[in-house]
Amino acid sequence: MTRGPQALAGTKVVEFGGYAAGPHIGKMLANFGATVVHVESHGRPDGFRLQYPPFKDGIAGANRGGCFAFFNDSKYGVTVDLKKAKGLELARRLTDWADLVVENMRPGVMARIGLGYDEVRRTNPGLVMLSTCNMGQTGPRAHTPGFGSQLSSLAGFCGTTGEPDGPPMLLYGPYIDFIASVMGCSAALAALEQRRRTGSGTCIDLSQYECGLHFMASALLAYQRDGTIAARNGNRDSTAAPHGAYECQSGRWLALSCWSDAEFNALVATLGCRVLAEDPRFASIEARHDNVQTLDDALSEILSELDAEQTAAALQGNGVRAYPVNTVADLFGDPQLCERRSWRTRKHEEIGEQAYLMPGFDLSLTPGEVSRPAPLLGGDNDIVFKEFLGLSEDEFQAYTAAEAFK
Amino acid sequence: MLGCHKVLDLSGQLGWLAGRMLADLGADVIKIEPPCVAVDATDWRAGNVNKRLLRLDPASRAGRKVVQRMIRRVDVLIETASPGEPGDAWLQFERLSRLNPGLVHVSITPYGSHGPRARWRGSDLEIMAAGGAMALAGNPDGTPLRISVPQAGSWAGAHAACGALVALSHRTACGKGQHVDVSAQASVLVALAHAPTFFDILGEVPGRAGSHITGRTVHGAVYRAFWRCKDGYINFVIYGGPAGRRTNKALVAWMCERGLDLGPLAAIDWDMFDPKLATQSEVDRIEAPLAAFFAGITKYEFLEGACEREMLGYPASTVADIASDPQLESRAFWQDLPDSSGGIERHCGAYYIADKQRPRIRNSPAASKSDSADILREFGFSAREVEAVLMTETMEVA
Repeated sequence: MTRGPQALAGTKVVEFGGYAAGPHIGKMLANFGATVVHVESHGRPDGFRLQYPPFKDGIAGANRGGCFAFFNDSKYGVTVDLKKAKGLELARRLTDWADLVVENMRPGVMARIGLGYDEVRRTNPGLVMLSTCNMGQTGPRAHTPGFGSQLSSLAGFCGTTGEPDGPPMLLYGPYIDFIASVMGCSAALAALEQRRRTGSGTCIDLSQYECGLHFMASALLAYQRDGTIAARNGNRDSTAAPHGAYECQSGRWLALSCWSDAEFNALVATLGCRVLAEDPRFASIEARHDNVQTLDDALSEILSELDAEQTAAALQGNGVRAYPVNTVADLFGDPQLCERRSWRTRKHEEIGEQAYLMPGFDLSLTPGEVSRPAPLLGGDNDIVFKEFLGLSEDEFQAYTAAEAFK
Repeated sequence: MLGCHKVLDLSGQLGWLAGRMLADLGADVIKIEPPCVAVDATDWRAGNVNKRLLRLDPASRAGRKVVQRMIRRVDVLIETASPGEPGDAWLQFERLSRLNPGLVHVSITPYGSHGPRARWRGSDLEIMAAGGAMALAGNPDGTPLRISVPQAGSWAGAHAACGALVALSHRTACGKGQHVDVSAQASVLVALAHAPTFFDILGEVPGRAGSHITGRTVHGAVYRAFWRCKDGYINFVIYGGPAGRRTNKALVAWMCERGLDLGPLAAIDWDMFDPKLATQSEVDRIEAPLAAFFAGITKYEFLEGACEREMLGYPASTVADIASDPQLESRAFWQDLPDSSGGIERHCGAYYIADKQRPRIRNSPAASKSDSADILREFGFSAREVEAVLMTETMEVA
């Protein structure tokens, strides 16, 4: 079957900034056909290129970083020195070309260098600009610097992870940045949809903190309603019991939960443990909650002898929710993720074969794709400025002589 | 921004955020909920605010007929039916697109609509396990943990909103609808940040970090990430790099202002200090005076003081801390709406600001008969039909 253009074909996006929260928005758009240009400079490459491992063969280098590549597939990469007048001129040509600009610099930086929304819309009135940062563009803490990993603490995620009598737990990486990037992607798409219909642009101010709070909305409303303070509670749940992760054979773990007596009966029947079925301490959901530690201990003992994958399949066959706790390695062989082609391997010039991650959704008529590996630093200057923006060879050489591509 | 779009939301918890986000973006989102579902529950209210509510049971023949008529007039349908359930066969895209060829049909399931485990069941716990997030949270030698506030539905819902909007872009261009298949498991993967690349590129399997930062030193030393303070915990890490150096200097200056004993901190030249090279005993000696400092301040004092000094680090907030955060107040993040008993309930406002304005929440879903009648009339139901639908649904409630 001949595949038509992707859903966002023809949409032009320019990114200023780096790390996760901005570039991941562009990556998602690129996966569905947008033409996305990631702007860096040789003096200030994206921080993910050099500051964050892993690197190919463990050796750092601007084009060897797996972390940068992971969030920048399917894009074009250019270098523009924004500190030079000619570089800034090129950046303005890019913003004039774009339908959407995504930036995640500190508030006020874009305006200071001459790329603020009010400035760039004068020559591109239909432009959509999305600015994303820790706290948003305004407010008493707007200018506070911060890492997403620590912002996840401020938004309540770490404090609600861990055992009740222990400290909060870290989440791997800047958890909240990706909440903001996925939600920010939706805001950008909606603004582009409005632009298609009306021709008018929009300036979107996205606070990563506020986006994160939407993932805590029920706990926040519970507090507003009756003062309930959500606490870390291990893997326990106020309704289901059992509800936890149990170590199985070979160090693998199995997550399972029972939300009714029928499911608990199916669990004990599947596991073949009549002792649990007949024990009055586990005879009702209330009783199981009252004796939940005893129940967890008993299940831990039984499951330690079993295979996590086989047991999950057997439990699911009997209507019990269960899934092996996938490690990062397991994710590459997970049958559902393989079926969906969540990983798409592409060959990067320096890193070699690398698996890129598709978003959690796909479309039947215009499916997503990893159209190309992540760009080399400044690797697409030619194609972007000559083909996309239409610079003549003489113009390109003049900018090169003025060190605008540094 | 989406003011001309209508969305029909049949979803359960796994899809609530999708409709909420589309409503925040301006779409008219109509939440269909069977009469037996308690719409006063906190989770339901938080997940469905800004939508309009219509009480109907799509599982009943009469209810389904009404929904099918409505589907002809909407742009987007969101549902969370389980794959393979015979009672939900009418929700297959092929059938729905015959009713409305321009329909964007978003189906959200735990593991995707097809594949060997598509029919497997999953709550937040199993989905977070399947998506790899639990393997990365908890103590390194302890049990894999989930975040105690469920997250999987939010990840799925946020991805679903994006999927719906990508499909709408295509529809605007060519008029054709399509199926958007959302897997909650696959939606969680991005929460792992770049952890998968360690396995992919180097064959290393990242594990659980616990409450300390590991893997940053050549001697295997670990740095504390959470510190006890007067009223909870603070997240602070001794980082290197420009921001880390600035933070470390500012913290020591702050301790000096308070007249605290700096101990071994006094001798450190932070411009030269490299956290990578410290041994565990050095880290322990450095951290001891810091622990004493943090133990003497509150979370809020740290938040304000760190902000003033442009330092890295935040408190581990509770929902009570968040509710009183002046940053959110200054940006008019919260919105007060009437609750079902005549009081006021405070919700998270729209998740973005457009052109310097935060869009207002327009709807606080209430199951009043007049709202339902209005919705049905807008969808072309005659007065008699409206009366018949409302009577049927009332009987089902009874």
